[in-house]
Amino acid sequence: MTLDLLRISTSGSVEDGKSTLIGRLLYDSKSILQDQLDHVAQASLRRGGEGALDLALLTDGLRAEREQGITIDVAYRYFATPRRRFIIADCPGHQQYTRNMVTGASTADLAVVLIDARHGVIEQSKRHAFISALLGIPKLVVAVNKMDLVEHSQARFEEIAQEFERFAPILRRDGQRAGQHHEIIYIPMSALNGDNVVDRSTTMDWYQGPSLLELLEQVEVAYDHPYEKPARFPVQWVIRPSAGERAGEYRGYAGQLASGALRQGDEVTILPGGERTRILAIDSFDGELDEAVAPMSIAIRLQDQLDISRGELISHCEQEPVVARELDADVCWMAQKPLRLGARYVVKHTTRSATAVVDAIDDLLNVHTLERDAPASQLSLNDIGRVRLRTSTPLVLDPYKTNRRTGSFILIDEASNETVGAGMIKAAGA
Amino acid sequence: MIAAAPPQLSHLRALESEAIHVMREVAAEFEAPVLLFSGGKDSIVLLRLAEKAFRPAPFPFPLMHVDTGHNFPEVIEFRDRLVAELGERLIVASVQESIDSGRVTEETGPRASRNQLQTVTLLDAISEHSFDAAFGGARRDEERARAKERVFSFRNDFGQWDPKKQRPELWNLYNGHISKGEHVRVFPLSNWTELDVWEYIHQEQLEVPTIYFAHERQVFARDGMLYAWREGTELIDGETVFSETVRYRTVGDMSCTGGVCSQAVTLQEVVAEIATTRVTERGETRADDRVTEAAMEDRKKAGYF
Repeated sequence: MTLDLLRISTSGSVEDGKSTLIGRLLYDSKSILQDQLDHVAQASLRRGGEGALDLALLTDGLRAEREQGITIDVAYRYFATPRRRFIIADCPGHQQYTRNMVTGASTADLAVVLIDARHGVIEQSKRHAFISALLGIPKLVVAVNKMDLVEHSQARFEEIAQEFERFAPILRRDGQRAGQHHEIIYIPMSALNGDNVVDRSTTMDWYQGPSLLELLEQVEVAYDHPYEKPARFPVQWVIRPSAGERAGEYRGYAGQLASGALRQGDEVTILPGGERTRILAIDSFDGELDEAVAPMSIAIRLQDQLDISRGELISHCEQEPVVARELDADVCWMAQKPLRLGARYVVKHTTRSATAVVDAIDDLLNVHTLERDAPASQLSLNDIGRVRLRTSTPLVLDPYKTNRRTGSFILIDEASNETVGAGMIKAAGA
Repeated sequence: MIAAAPPQLSHLRALESEAIHVMREVAAEFEAPVLLFSGGKDSIVLLRLAEKAFRPAPFPFPLMHVDTGHNFPEVIEFRDRLVAELGERLIVASVQESIDSGRVTEETGPRASRNQLQTVTLLDAISEHSFDAAFGGARRDEERARAKERVFSFRNDFGQWDPKKQRPELWNLYNGHISKGEHVRVFPLSNWTELDVWEYIHQEQLEVPTIYFAHERQVFARDGMLYAWREGTELIDGETVFSETVRYRTVGDMSCTGGVCSQAVTLQEVVAEIATTRVTERGETRADDRVTEAAMEDRKKAGYF
């Protein structure tokens, strides 16, 4: 059975009915098993529900979340239909947990942003949509929920869609794949009653589009087609047996192909050094391969004896990535202690770690207006800004909008060991 | 030579590649990793993934089993055979030794279990060997506290998990920075479901302990589950021992792992059974999760697997 995998991120606050939506998706697609349901039924009763299942109790997994009735951290949920496998990253909506939202959004193919039909497009919905676009999620579903509380009004739905469209140019401005795939789809629904979640609504016959699940099953996943992307292979680990029959003789460069395809015999460049050689063989545990495509994990043997180690990158000789020690990036700051001019951090980019110094903060995103404001001297928790970094050793990179894997990095605080920043590369510096 | 791979990987191949990537990151960034091996299906998959990640070289880490002394004998026999076939090193950390040395006190009574005690033995062993990363086979679909956990799950110097202070984890960039005395639990199978695990075992034709297949066994019913009866088991009033055809969905301590009625005797039949089940594996077979609404979260905070 070969099913493809769709990774979805959902964001919105509990008040928007996000957990209820996910609960409904799992419940109506029969992905909740009997003991989980019993559990929810008991807990709903204990919490004073009047027999109705509180589906939000399915997703809020931590004690503190159930106590406070909010989502604090990302929860991952898994379900399958006969057409597809799904991973849902259920993200918190509150601004103070933006960093957890970014975590969930970083690997998604599609984002669902929830809007309460009564309240329309509020600041939080805009921020969710913006972060999804910034992280390069190619498809955005705007789920206009709680339609039952606005008398299933078509006029209200269209009003909200128009309001959202007015703000869409900002998404295109900052969307990493601007103009290319970025697509916004609007669905009116009532998660509480199950309208347009799995089954089409009978109360909103003015809406002719698909239910959310129908859409999720049919939407074309924006796979980066391996034959249309340049090959990028960051060396992760060198396999050199010290014992056994191939001891001293075998040397395989192991890693996960970040993008593109590599074939046996291809002429390749090793970066940042620039040495050239050919691929002698592509090994997997199951045997030698003629060809490998992203995102396979493989081991490569090269024709020439070169001294290559973790952190170097193998690419074709044409369409090489950029080698740079200076770069511009959008950085989402995730620590209490602010990012400051001149500060040093560990940057982890592909399989390479280096020291990075903050040379400039060029602008700061205003989370209220989503405009880019004047240069700042620091980024505080949950701020997003354009930052110029200089690194101790060269990085082998592409812009994030052309390659999510070679265009992203994290910043680590050397003193606390915490992950403090997430970066999306705009360009190599001058 | 294998024919050219299709441009799009199947979901199992995508999950496999992600897990191999995680294992190689750990090998590259930590001084002293260890792989926690229980003989159960998830850790059997981990061993195959380790072969895929590191062969033809030996694994860059030893295996470790936390032995409660209450394991199914079939599983111990299987464990030793598999480790010998792989030619890798196995460390056995014994709960019995923790009891004998007074580190933990054994529970008593008919519901006594060594499940809680394992945490102390595990943390002692991690500290004794100075391990800084420990691979586990836990999956996010198992339980709702696990649904929240990162792939690299940070543990402080007491081995504890703080669910409110997890490190952000973006893309496939994992932060392996820790201070001395701390460690990271690493879960390469985070995004796998129980069905994925069985489909993978079927695809790879992996051998698993015989208790995963339907067999006849002496059991008794308690709290809606069928427990294996063995010499010395204390029965509660009204419980009787009878013979039933069962298989196990999880491999844990005999004292807290229940069997399920099943006729599945081949991998294909097991896959078919899991695909249509209406109950989760932990709900159906694990007494240890039934204590409170947050039983797993509490145990994880204390340093459990």
